[in-house]
Amino acid sequence: MASVFEPKQEIPARLYAGVGVFVGVSLLALWCLLTYGGVVRSDFLAAPDAVLRAAYEGIVDGSLISNTRASVVVIYSGFILASVIAVPLGILMGSFRIVQAAVEPVTNFMRYLPVSAMIPLLILWIGIGIEEKIAVIFLGTLFQQLILMADVSARVSKDLIDVSYTLGAKRRQVVTRVLVPACMPGVMDNLRVTMGWAWTYLVVAELVAANSGLGYMILNAMRGLFSDVIMLGIFVIGLLGLATDQLFKFARRLLLPWSATF
Amino acid sequence: MLEIEDVAVHFDGGKSGTVVALENISLRIADRAFSVIVGPSGCGKSTLLRLVAGLQPATKGTALLDGRPIRGPSAERGMVFQSYTLFPWLTVHKNVQFGPRLKGLPAAECDAIAHKFIDQVGLTGFENAYPEQLSGGMRQRAALARALANDPEILLMDEPFGALDSQTRSLMQELLLGIWEQAHKTVLFITHDIDEAIFLGDHVYVMTARPGRIKREIEIPIPRPRTIGVLTSPEFIAFKRDIIELMYEESIRAAEVRAQG
Repeated sequence: MASVFEPKQEIPARLYAGVGVFVGVSLLALWCLLTYGGVVRSDFLAAPDAVLRAAYEGIVDGSLISNTRASVVVIYSGFILASVIAVPLGILMGSFRIVQAAVEPVTNFMRYLPVSAMIPLLILWIGIGIEEKIAVIFLGTLFQQLILMADVSARVSKDLIDVSYTLGAKRRQVVTRVLVPACMPGVMDNLRVTMGWAWTYLVVAELVAANSGLGYMILNAMRGLFSDVIMLGIFVIGLLGLATDQLFKFARRLLLPWSATF
Repeated sequence: MLEIEDVAVHFDGGKSGTVVALENISLRIADRAFSVIVGPSGCGKSTLLRLVAGLQPATKGTALLDGRPIRGPSAERGMVFQSYTLFPWLTVHKNVQFGPRLKGLPAAECDAIAHKFIDQVGLTGFENAYPEQLSGGMRQRAALARALANDPEILLMDEPFGALDSQTRSLMQELLLGIWEQAHKTVLFITHDIDEAIFLGDHVYVMTARPGRIKREIEIPIPRPRTIGVLTSPEFIAFKRDIIELMYEESIRAAEVRAQG
């Protein structure tokens, strides 16, 4: 009889779901206890009903919707721009030493820079409009993606490339018909991971001179100690991130049915 | 006819200097014969096969197929690897017709070719399966079908059954012989398994430890069709004894070379 504490041992599906629900409900109960029980002041931690009320008000006056839309536009624009460059360049970087020699040193330098350190220069160069916010997401994502995509490409087995040559493929065909499709599962996985990182840059991007967005909403609420609005912002970001993640999972299953899903 | 004349391959081994993988290799592989190269691991036999495939340039000497020098990989020299090299994003059917499609043959002809070879390796019914869904033996059968579908002049096999369990390996050897006895393609097969070498080959070439040279060529006149029963026949065992002795010396030398290096 295997114990549920045996490493790598499967547990019944119902137990798995049950434990997840239990932890979620417990956290919710703790939240209620701390707020309704009067343990923590409401300026520090808003009660669940206050957050729900803030959500309702935000939906009714349209501010929550417009802030969410603004953030989603910024994140998706920055992320898509970065991906359009990073996926092809990263694949080349991982498989062509000459591209690696050109791109890797700059990439390694840039990816250790906190993206917030770039904000003053970005404002100087492109102003304080939406372009600057997109640029923050773009820079924060691009260099991380490059390294990950290059790694995916470098891991494509040499035998797979060699066998293609012995089947009559020319160099260009080896790249387009073998290297690129072989990279796709890794590309999808890493897009999913870096999408999560892009979301984490959101507040940083909306730190300066923003007048809309979820990050702006949170920072603005801080001035008035509106902890209900702050928590609402955090919940919405979390839920949107979760939805995006599910979207990626779904897309992978749809586009790459041949590769084992996780 | 595949002719290898006084070929040497040296690698740049970094700090340890130049590594001589192959030295003084001369070989003539007759058309339509099944030739097997057997040698201890690390003797450079895979390098020799890659040289014939055109994937590895020679430092010295030349390799000629039908009088034409081998300058790079080509569809006329098909190869089956030890590792699983089916394209995971293509079904068995699409994998097998990969070569014919590259040649630009019409789709209907590609389909017919794929059907023929999938049938020959006994994978009918699995045309639409992805490699992920197949066992190791089935993947290697599909890889064999893919190589044959290109109708190569010579089929190069680099320990193709090395990763399979011994029962599956025996079945694969019989399957390969069955196909070869019908098609009579020129095959150059590499292995470190002596039984496999004798069972399959018309000619067995025993290689030395690094630097790899051809130590002995042995003709195996065991009549065909051969079945698993051959493995216990007195003449098979006599060949095996000879080759074991040759290989034993070389394995010891190979271990010494590794210990020094």
